[in-house]
Amino acid sequence: MHMADALLSPALGGTMWAVTGATIIYCSQKIKHSLDDRKIPLMGVMGAFIFAAQMINFAIPATGSSGHLGGGLLLAILLGPAAAFLTLASVLTVQALFFADGGLLALGCNIFNLGFAPCFITYPLIYQRITKGRLTAGRLLFGALAAAIIGLQLGSLGVVIQTNMSGMLSLSFSSFLLLMQAIHLPIGIVEGLITAGVVSFIWRARPEILDRSGAEQALGQLPLRNVLIGLVVATILTGGLISWFASENPDGLEWSLLKTTDQQELPLPATGIKAPLQKLQDQTALLPDYGFRQENQTGTDLTGAKTGTTVAGLVGGAIILLFGLLLGIILKKSGKHYGRQNR
Amino acid sequence: MSHHIVEAKDLEFTYPDQTPALQTISFRIHHGESVAIVGANGAGKSTLLLHLNGYLSPTGGQVRIGDYPLTKETLREVRRTVGMVFQDPDDQLFMSTVFDDVAFGPLNLDLPVDEVTARVDKALATVGLSHLKERPPHRLSAGQKRRVAIASVLSMSPDILVMDEPTSGLDPRARRQLIELLLSFHHTKIIATHDLDMVVDLCERTIVMHEGQVKADGPTSAIFADPELLESCCLEKPLRMQGCPICNK
Amino acid sequence: MAGKIDNVFNDIGRLEMLAEQNSPIHRLDPRAKLLVTIFFVLTVVSYDKYAIADLLPFFLYPAMIIGLANLPVGYLLKKLLIVSPFVLFITIFNPFIDREIMVELGPLAISGGWISFASLLLRFSLTVGAALLLIATTGFPAVCGALDKMGAPRILTVQFLMLYRYLFVLIEEGIRMIRAHALRSFSRSRPRYRVYLQLLGNLLLRTLDRAQRIHLAMLSRAFSGEIKTVRQFNFGRAELLFLLSATGTFIILRATHLTGLLGSLILEIVR
Repeated sequence: MHMADALLSPALGGTMWAVTGATIIYCSQKIKHSLDDRKIPLMGVMGAFIFAAQMINFAIPATGSSGHLGGGLLLAILLGPAAAFLTLASVLTVQALFFADGGLLALGCNIFNLGFAPCFITYPLIYQRITKGRLTAGRLLFGALAAAIIGLQLGSLGVVIQTNMSGMLSLSFSSFLLLMQAIHLPIGIVEGLITAGVVSFIWRARPEILDRSGAEQALGQLPLRNVLIGLVVATILTGGLISWFASENPDGLEWSLLKTTDQQELPLPATGIKAPLQKLQDQTALLPDYGFRQENQTGTDLTGAKTGTTVAGLVGGAIILLFGLLLGIILKKSGKHYGRQNR
Repeated sequence: MSHHIVEAKDLEFTYPDQTPALQTISFRIHHGESVAIVGANGAGKSTLLLHLNGYLSPTGGQVRIGDYPLTKETLREVRRTVGMVFQDPDDQLFMSTVFDDVAFGPLNLDLPVDEVTARVDKALATVGLSHLKERPPHRLSAGQKRRVAIASVLSMSPDILVMDEPTSGLDPRARRQLIELLLSFHHTKIIATHDLDMVVDLCERTIVMHEGQVKADGPTSAIFADPELLESCCLEKPLRMQGCPICNK
Repeated sequence: MAGKIDNVFNDIGRLEMLAEQNSPIHRLDPRAKLLVTIFFVLTVVSYDKYAIADLLPFFLYPAMIIGLANLPVGYLLKKLLIVSPFVLFITIFNPFIDREIMVELGPLAISGGWISFASLLLRFSLTVGAALLLIATTGFPAVCGALDKMGAPRILTVQFLMLYRYLFVLIEEGIRMIRAHALRSFSRSRPRYRVYLQLLGNLLLRTLDRAQRIHLAMLSRAFSGEIKTVRQFNFGRAELLFLLSATGTFIILRATHLTGLLGSLILEIVR
């Protein structure tokens, strides 16, 4: 669920960068004051581990597809929330720089979406609450599954909100949301299973590692801030979902009807099962015939008014491109004799 | 003057899970001596070495480095004095360039930047790798990594060099170069190793360990001339002393 | 599966070697290059969703850098073409949804959806390309050094450097594990769930052990909690020139519609 630079408006990207940046600074301070200098090498190699682990796929039986570890929850379990967030941030940055996984502007969003929920919400509020003090196989599995699934759902919610607020994508909010949530449900399950499996492996082989890391944040010392954030998010999520399903005339539907059929209202069967089913179908259908919300609301003549789409514009652009190409070639040819640096 | 003496007195160490590792180890190593510590795997060689720079604290007995008993206050000075080189150079070279790794120690000693740079240059020159100053460690060969690890310790100007399996994993030429390099050092050297032929070249004194105890401590030539001792400690003679390859005597 | 990890290995290695070359661009202070890259990305991203022609001049920047720094074009293009599948997956919806005709090129009527699609791809290439160029002309450790010097938290930059350092070590361990598995599993190329957990768990244990040994090595060199580095950078006239000319160009391009003007001019002449 990596976002891409191109889907993001600069305003939103900048905002998310600010949020992520602030979180990173908070984490750095927290780690600096934690007096445990073992963290530094541990974070480094754990980051490398997550990186390598993400490249190892395993076969999901009966589906013919493969899955791999995401890592946010596992990191939080082994390193504690602040160190885990930083480590994940570093992994995503290296991926963005070297493998074009999203891009530089979207990096702020990606770190937030993939890291904030597992580290600061689902790990303390779900996983720790379930497994605190009494780590059994059942609790581990349940805790990991719940934390992973919810963490990923929250993360994908973040992606949808950010994309929607950027306005670069012509997909409506509700359809995109449903798409993302649906995709990330199985991913969350897989993540929970893998995390539980690996943690139980460690638990059997070297239980003292878990004792040491788990002692980081006893529930009693949980900062109020985290708890509040969790409550707010949960409230929004449930409130939004409930009202969306329950409402008679969701805005998106009415408006898209207006756009495509030029009618004020499509007569719906007043009673019976058909009404809600019809609504559901309209909301989940993905093909344009069933009515999507149009991104562009002005509806006026666009030729020429928008930058860059005129014929003249294209001609000019082609010329400049050609020029650039020639310049590049000339420069390259003249610079062929560069050797290695000796600094 | 009692500086540069490494001394263990009835050293004992038991792991937290109650496995005994070292029992009543006593020895005294003087300035400039070159001492090998040999023994089977699990004999306690590495555990002993980890006491020499204070990473492990004895559960009984005492370790002294020079004038200092090993305590919290003297730890930093001890770690400057005792330069430790470990088995896996990848664990030891954790910075992003050779220069940074070799500068790590002096920087931790709060030396001024000019001094640090001078020491790095000198250390790299000593091991013959000045041209690799800006190279990232993962692009070095095994032999080069070994030498950079040594340089990273030399830059702290230690008086005592402690090394754990310095020749393991090296090809013959790299191994030979390493031995030559170590021969040129005047530091006190304590080397835990399986490479008994290197011991013959490098160390005039050998300590034999077996199951956490010192079984023998004396001149290398005498130790390797005692087949029963070697046998009882799961060792054998260095290859070069193992009889004529042709007539097998 | 080992193939994918292997490729990563060689790929980063190749980028690293490119970064060690000696060219006027390579010799610039990393802070200048970092700032220019950030500015470039910000400018490109600030365009609206239908911008195409206005984006085209921005390809001058990669062209110039590639030329001045003597970078291999084919290699960089190939990296760019391996576009993140997610982007394609999402943006491919645009042409289906945004159907209003916006432009007519002779007999061809192009809808807004296709234009925004193309625009997205252009923007993606530019921004991702800029990041690649930064690494290929500066090297990751130097970029981290620049960040550190510019005020980023030390813990973060140290984390980057250490991650980078041990990336190769861990990837190699991962490769060895996968190969060992592949050699004993005949027809099955990807491990089953249970085996996978063992593989991952073992790798994790080895990683944790390694962390402990590294910590030991750090302590043995008098480490007391804070990593200190010596980095000598030089921000001089060349850097200032680079910074000002690049950002100046970006600002001018952003503020005007050069391509439109140029194109109109040409078309006038032609008629």
